[in-house]
Order: sequence, then C-alpha cells, then structure tokens
Amino acid sequence: MRLSRSLIIGAVLSAAVLAMALLSFAWTPYSHTAMNIPDKLQTPSAAHWLGTDHFGRDILSMVMVGARTSIAVALVAVGIGIALGVPLGLAAAARRGTWLDEVIMRGNDLIFAFPSLVIAILITAIFGPGAVNAIIAIGIFNIPVFARVTRGGALSLWEREFVMAARVAGKSTPRISFEHILPNVTNLLIVQGTIQFSLGILAEAALSYVGLGAQPPTPSWGRMLADAQTMVALAPHIALVPGLAIVLTVLGLNLMGDGLRDLLDPRIRVQR
Amino acid sequence: MSLLEITDLSLDIGTYPILKGITLSVAEGEIVAVTGESGSGKSMTALAVMGLLPGGAATRGHVRLEGREILETSEAQMCRIRGRDVGMVFQEPMTALNPVKTIGDQVAETILVHEKCAKAEARARAREVLDRVGLPAERFPLTRYPHELSGGQRQRVVIAMAIALRPKLLIADEPTTALDVTTQAQILDLLKELVADYGMGMLIITHDLAVVSGLAHRIVVMRHGEVVEEGETRALFADMKHPYTRMLFEASDHCVDLPPRPDGTAPLLQVEGVSRDYPLPRTKLFEPRRHFRAVRDVSFTLDRGDRVGLVGESGCGKSTLTRAILGLEPVQEGRILLGGEPVLDGGRPNLAVRRRIQVVFQDPYGSFNPRHRVDRLVTEPYHLLPDPPKGAAREAAIDEALEAVGLQAADKRRYIHEFSGGQRQRIAIARALIIRPEIIVFDEAVSALDVSVRAQILDLMARLAAEYDLGYLFISHDLSVVRRITDRVLVMQAGEIVEEGETEQVFLAPRHAYTRSLIDAAPRLPKVGAA
Amino acid sequence: MLRYALKRLTSLVISLAFASLVIFFVTEVAPGDPARFMLGMNAQEDTVAALRSELGLDGSKAERYLDWVSGMAVGDFGTSYTYRTSVGGMIADRLWISLPLALYALALSTAIAFPAGIYAAARRGRPGDMGVMGATQLGIAVPNFWFAMMLVLIFAINLRWFSAGGFPGWDKGLWTGIKALTLPAIALALPQAAILARVMRSSLLDTLGEDFMRTARAKGLTRRQALWRHGLRNALIPVLTIIGLQFSFLLAGAIIIEQVFYLPGLGRLVFQSITQRDLIVVESVVMLLVFSVILVNFLVDLAYAAVDPRLRQRA
Repeated sequence: MRLSRSLIIGAVLSAAVLAMALLSFAWTPYSHTAMNIPDKLQTPSAAHWLGTDHFGRDILSMVMVGARTSIAVALVAVGIGIALGVPLGLAAAARRGTWLDEVIMRGNDLIFAFPSLVIAILITAIFGPGAVNAIIAIGIFNIPVFARVTRGGALSLWEREFVMAARVAGKSTPRISFEHILPNVTNLLIVQGTIQFSLGILAEAALSYVGLGAQPPTPSWGRMLADAQTMVALAPHIALVPGLAIVLTVLGLNLMGDGLRDLLDPRIRVQR
Repeated sequence: MSLLEITDLSLDIGTYPILKGITLSVAEGEIVAVTGESGSGKSMTALAVMGLLPGGAATRGHVRLEGREILETSEAQMCRIRGRDVGMVFQEPMTALNPVKTIGDQVAETILVHEKCAKAEARARAREVLDRVGLPAERFPLTRYPHELSGGQRQRVVIAMAIALRPKLLIADEPTTALDVTTQAQILDLLKELVADYGMGMLIITHDLAVVSGLAHRIVVMRHGEVVEEGETRALFADMKHPYTRMLFEASDHCVDLPPRPDGTAPLLQVEGVSRDYPLPRTKLFEPRRHFRAVRDVSFTLDRGDRVGLVGESGCGKSTLTRAILGLEPVQEGRILLGGEPVLDGGRPNLAVRRRIQVVFQDPYGSFNPRHRVDRLVTEPYHLLPDPPKGAAREAAIDEALEAVGLQAADKRRYIHEFSGGQRQRIAIARALIIRPEIIVFDEAVSALDVSVRAQILDLMARLAAEYDLGYLFISHDLSVVRRITDRVLVMQAGEIVEEGETEQVFLAPRHAYTRSLIDAAPRLPKVGAA
Repeated sequence: MLRYALKRLTSLVISLAFASLVIFFVTEVAPGDPARFMLGMNAQEDTVAALRSELGLDGSKAERYLDWVSGMAVGDFGTSYTYRTSVGGMIADRLWISLPLALYALALSTAIAFPAGIYAAARRGRPGDMGVMGATQLGIAVPNFWFAMMLVLIFAINLRWFSAGGFPGWDKGLWTGIKALTLPAIALALPQAAILARVMRSSLLDTLGEDFMRTARAKGLTRRQALWRHGLRNALIPVLTIIGLQFSFLLAGAIIIEQVFYLPGLGRLVFQSITQRDLIVVESVVMLLVFSVILVNFLVDLAYAAVDPRLRQRA
C-alpha cells in the first residue's frame, strides 16, 4: 500500500491539531482566560508567540484551548450523523422501494431542503446559544448525509451476488445488513466521516462567530474571530491566527479524507 | 499490398508486455477474425490500429493502413483517418452511444467531422445509412434517443456511425457478445452484407470460435499476446496445427460425459402455475398501479437427480423464475414446492426446505464477500442447518467440499481475491455443495468464463452429479452448453415456457417456432475435418 | 415532459407543507412569551392577555398554523410583534439586498468553477490540474466569513478600493450597489467555486471514461471536440445538483456574510428578530429561505429533464 502525499500531509496536520488540543488540557503557555490589559494587542514576540488580543490574553493559549471546542463539537456531530444516519440508510436499502425507504429518503430530502446554517441559527436561537445546541444543530444535518451515503453504497451491494448467496443461505435482512453490507460500506463512511468532520469544524466556527456557539468563558475559534473583527485594522494578527487555525485544520482533514479515499477505494464519491 | 498490414507489432503498458511481435493482414473485401481467450491481447490489437491505445502504451513494429504507418502518424492526422478510412464497432451497445443526443445527430456527426457539408445534407445521408443498417425511417426517425432502442438496434446505430463514410476498413470488437443469440445472427449477417456491398476489409475480434467459423475468410488465433496460428478458415478448421487451437476448438464444443440419469425417482421440485408480477412505475399521477407479468403461468417438475436446462434470451423471465424457486421473492399465483413443502411459508423462508436447494451464480467476482476468508464463505449455508457441524467436523466438511471441487484444503485460509475466475466458480460450487443439497441451481454459472475454464467446470458438474446424486437446474442463454449438460430442457419466451422435452429431442426436432429460431440462430462450429 | 414537471411540482408542494409544519412547531416550543417580552416583566396580566389576543397568539396551535400558512399563500406574512408593521414589507426591503447578493455569488462561483473544472479535467495529472486542485483544497478549507474579513483588510482598509461595509441603497445607482456587494459576493463565491470546480472536474473525468467517448473518438473527433460535444452535457447532470444545493449554502452564507459587511439584509433581520423575540419574523424569513431553496431544486429538476432525454420520458 502506497501512502499518497495528501494522506501524509493531511494526517500530519490533523494529528498536530489534535495533539495541540490534548496538550492544552495539561499545559498552555498562559491561562487562556488571564487578561492583561497593559499587554493588549501585542504582535507575536518571544513572550507571546502569537501575540495577544484586545484584553491582553495570550492568543496561542486561546487557539490551543479553542481546538478542543472545535474538535469536540464536530466529532460529536459526526457521531450523531453516523449513529442515526447509518442505520436509517441500511434500513432504507434493505427495504428498497417500500414505504419505509420512501419515508426515509423523503425525510432526507426535506432536511436537505433546509439551508443548514439557517436552521442551526434557528435552533440555537430558540433553545439558547451554547456548545450542546450547536452540536445538535450541526449533527441533525449530518444524519441525511450519512443515510444517503450508506443507502447508496448498500443498494449496489444488495444487487451483488454474494448478498444473494447469503439470502439463499436463509439469513435475515438485518443479519445480512450487519454481516455483509455494513463492513463493505465502512470505507465510504470513513471517507465521508472525515469530510463531515471538517465541515463540522467550519459550521461550529460560523455559529460561534455569530455568537450562537460555545459561550464564554469557553474559547472558540469562531468567537475569537468575531472579537477580532472590530480590531482587524489595528492588529491584523488577531484575526489571522484563529482563521489560519481553522484553515489548516480543515485542510488537513480534507487532505486526509481524499488520501483515505485513494487508499481505500478511489471510486468513492464524497458528498459535499 | 494488403489494406491493413500489422508486422511484428509489440506493445508494452508500463513494463507489462501485452503484445509480443504479432503479424497479421487484412485485404480489401476480406473478413479476418482474431480470436483467443481473455488476456490474449486481441482488443489491444484493434485499439492499436485505431491509434486509441491507453496512455503509457509503448509500441514497436509496424501497423500500415494502405501503406501508411499508423504508429508514426500524428494525432491530428489520425483524427482525419478515424471514422473516414477506419470505422469501429464496440462490444457494449448499451453504453457506446451518447445518451443525451439523438441517433440522427450521432450518425450525422461522423459525416460532419470529416466533410464540409450542410447539416441538412448530413442528416439526409445519416437517414440513408440508418435505412441501410435496417432502421427504417418510419420506426426509427432521426430524433430517436438511444434509450428508446433495444441493444440490437443500438448496435445498428453504432454500425451506421462506423460505416457512414464507407471506410476501407471496419474493426468490430466483440460486436455481438452482449447481444441475444437471434440478434447476434442478424448483426453478423448485416456486417457480412456490408463488407460485400462496400468492399471493405473487416477485422473482427471475438472470443467465440463458432461466430468466427461462419463469418471469417481467415482466422488468427492469439494467446498471451502472440499469434499461435493463422490460416484460411476452412483450412484451419480442417487441420489445426497448434495444440492451443485444438484445445480451444475442443473446449468450445466440449462433450461432457454426463452420467446416466437415475430412473424411477420421485418429484423433487414442483413449480405449479407460477406467475410473478412487478409493479410498473406510474405513468399518471393517480392511476392505479399497473403490473408487468414477468413470469406467466409456468409449471414444470424436476425429479430427484434430474438435470434440467432452462434457456431463453435476456428479459424472458428466467432470472425472475430463479429467484422465485430459491424462495427469495414471493409469487403472485401458483406455488413452488420442494419435496412437497412450499419454499416460502407465508412470506418467510422455510429453512428446512431451503437446505435442500442451493445456487451458483454467474459472476465469479461478485459472488463472494471480499472481506471473508474461504472457510467462512464456504460455510455460509450452515446457517440453514439446525445443528451445523463445529470444530473438527466443520474443518473436515470444508476440506471435503474444497477437494470435491478440485481445490485444496489449504485454500480455506485464503481470501477470494487470490483466486482466478474459474477457481472462484469452483469455490461457489463448494459453497453450494457443503450442506449436501439435493438440487443446485446454476444461474448462468459458466457464462462469464473462458471456454477452456468453462469446459473444466462442466466436467466438474458432471462428476459431482454422479458422486453426489445431484440434480440441477441449469439456466443459460447458451444453447450449445445446455445441450451438453442437461437431460431435459425448458425453453422460455416472454415469461412463458413454450417448449419442454428431452434435450436431444428438442434440439433435433424443435416443435415451437421460437425454439427453432433460437437453434437456427446459434452459431455452430464445423465438424472437425469435415469442413 | 409535462407529466414530469407535474410530478416534481407535487413533491414541491408536499415539501413546502412539511417544511412549514416543522418551522412552525420548532418556533412554537421556543421558551418565552412574545407578548410578555414586549411589555416587560412588570406588565399587568390583563394587558399581556390583551396584547396576546391582538397579536393573534391566543388561538389554538392548529388555528394559528393555518392562519399563518394561508396568509403566506396570499403574500400576507402577518404583523411584526416588535414593529407592528407588515412582516412582508420588512422582508421585501431586505430581500433586495440578500437575493442579489446570493445570485451575484452564484454567478461568480459558476463563472469561476466551470472553466477551472474543465481546465483541470482536460489536463488531468499535469501541473495545471494539480495547481487547480491545490487551490480548490485551500478554497474549501477557508471559512467564508474569515475570508470576508481578510478581503476587508486588504481591499477596503489597506488598498481602499471598496468600502468596508454598509449598503448605500439601490437608489444611489446600480453600479454603486453592485460595488458594495462585490466583496461580500466574492467572499461567498470562492469557497463554493472550489467545491463546484472539483465536482465539475470529477464529473467530467467520469464522463471521459464512458464508452461513448471512445465511440466519439473512433468517429474522428479530436480529444477536445469529444470533450465539448459529448462530455460536457453528460457531465453537467451531477454539477446541476450541486448548483442547486449550493444555492442553499449561499443563502445561509449570506446571512453570516451580512454580519461581516454590516449589510441590512435578511440575515441581520433574523438576528435582530431573534434578540427581540419577534418570532413571526423569524418564522417567515426561515420559511422564505426554505421556499427559495425548494424552488431552486425544483428548477434544477426541470433543468435535468432539459439535459437528459431519459428523464423526460420516465417520471
């Protein structure tokens, strides 16, 4: 197996972000909440590697802790999508053409018809801003993605003769779904999961940018950008750093997703 | 000087040699057939003449068309030659046409690419060509789209595109392999007529010696990128020099030593007045759903140890009937009994009945879960047993099943991708055999195999029939195979069984017109030495 | 064709009905009473009740849902709790910014993505392809609102080519309006263009592998002719789907981007209404957005049929 360049770069970037998030539990250069007004808006220096924000907080520390929020929100949202979407997709494929399939797929289409961010805004607005509601809002839109990907992969597998052979061997539909279908769609799910993870990071950033994501004192990249907006002319670095953190994380995940696809099965089509 | 002269042509893709110094020629008005099993390099030879080799292909030697070296002709020049001097017909008519353009536009395009002429004139000429290939204007206006045509009709459109400018050379790569036998005969006749009419040379690539025998003036036999034998058709069939040619010939008309049919046995599989409907998509919003009757009032009985063939062309309902017999789908009318009990018991599979019947499918590549090892694959039917063997007994059963089909016990530890197509089909038979069924359904089980492998699998089936007192239902579109491997045959057309009888009798004296047309259309090999 | 259109239309109506139900009941469960919110915590119970009845909040849920839906069907979106003016009017004012912005971005994204995707597909595996693909990877990874901030920093603050935000109004002239929407539209369009270009490329590459492309070449078409005459139209089918989906992203994205550029569009209206618990406005705006998305997807379905003759007959 030859590892592609994009897989290596992607995996290294993603691992770096993850390591940074994990490290932040044990150590950050400064406390991410410690304000130090005299030192505000400093450009990067030996004392503050990535400079300070308008309250004099250390930006590197905030970015490190912010990675935790982003990863947690996106990861749980992907978990919701897989936990609910995959069984739905398997069921729809197993009962293809029946009312069950129809209901699941129409439901999917309906969720797709909602502009996701708008509904996320609606949900967080009504139930209150916060990380948990952000997770739910992002997670809901992962469900149809995984359901659709699973169903698509499963449908073609149901036509394969090895599944016919399992039916001839008298195995039940749920049993075939788990024994033969699910293992053969995992490649699809891994690749799609990586992509949804990166989309989750972007969505979380957008939500916290408009103030509907994680609330203070929990730091998040999106809110750092919202705070930076008014000061971008004075101190560009406070907008540049969290933005680059998002870009590098998402880039890493996407490259890893593409690399995994090439490695596992180049025919996989990713939904974006 | 011949029209096409290939001299000492070698072709590598990367470091992998595909063609190793082949030499052949086609004269004007001559039909030359290149034949061989998969991997012989016959299709690559055709693509080399068209200058359409895949990227990374390196060639040596000469391909001369009317004395002009194709291998050294620039791409721009080749574009002028393709379609005008050389036309090409492909194997898959279902995908060879652009689905979003009308057939008229696609045929006219050949003319417009090469000649300065008005669109209207090109369309008029396209019309003439379509008429010529048997697609008359009243039924096939230029505005038809490919999806509105059958496979045979589409292949006629492809041929029309290829001959629109009366090329000097026509290349046909397995032009009838994807078609039914009656359609195949019509397309072959059409090609033959066109060659005679236009005085074209034709290079036809096919794996089917029988197709070749009635068509080609000369035959070139290829194996592993080399020409093993070449000659005028009659002479070659009369005197095959190379052992590979003889083996191909023997395997194509392989005589199976079928054990005598056990007599005085009880009925095992009873199909009684079975009909199977599929819902059609609604064409109006609120109309009641209409149904397509894929199988219509089919009845037959298969006794214990019976070897019955079921033949018919694609879409005749034989696959639907197979699924119903296996108890995978319910039937709307009639009943299917196995040993007196229904295969489907109130919509639920009846396991006690199921274990008496097993199946082997067509596709040796799709029949196995790629993630499981052979031992797990082979023992899947154990699910049907109330008390499947475990431990040493299970291992012994696996070993026995694998050895019975000519594999080794050690193969059970390997994964399916490590096996060739023929070996996979053996594993599929081992899987069917392991619970000792009384009947096996072979659903086009040898159709995807090369003739030499096919002959071996047929021998294996005959041997197992004797050793295991096995009966089978052999479903196939290939009449010559059915004839050799069955005692009795059912002929199916449009969902109905139109003829039933002892195999030899049906083949020698078919009663139904459809059976006759099938038998007449099937290409036949000449008797050796009698050509 | 007509039958196909009718069938899609039916599914459009059903989707709308479901969407309105979901939106209505999600907003219904929102904690907090709009009337009490408007009058303050110390208001008398009967004053609140009077206001509730004036706002039409005292009917049963079913009644109020039907009122809302039937009102919308004739263009009456109700009356804003906060401003006591017609919601329809408020939306119409804002729509004149958000809709042109989304369309502008869609046009930009398509105009960039098509050539980029076709170019990359035609040069598959060569440096040109790798360059385009690398750029799209980056494009997908950039959050549009951050990209917007960077654009402001460079083109408004440093170069002073554009203003940093706000909208002068269409009455100041078409060109002024377009200029004010240009940075926001670019910020919205580039990430979407990156996705679209990738889809265009892979769809084209799929098509290039089809049998009929080889047939076209066997007729004597050059690689380029085959690509334009046979490849593109077939490749367009999946691309159309993505364009339909993108419209939804652009609308949502517009809401965020309006925050960056202080544009008084639908997005700002939504956020304002949320803080003021003006739920009828929120409901109506969201419904309008969903409606436009469903409508666009309906149009995409019709476009499919125009591209693919097989669909025209089936249905």
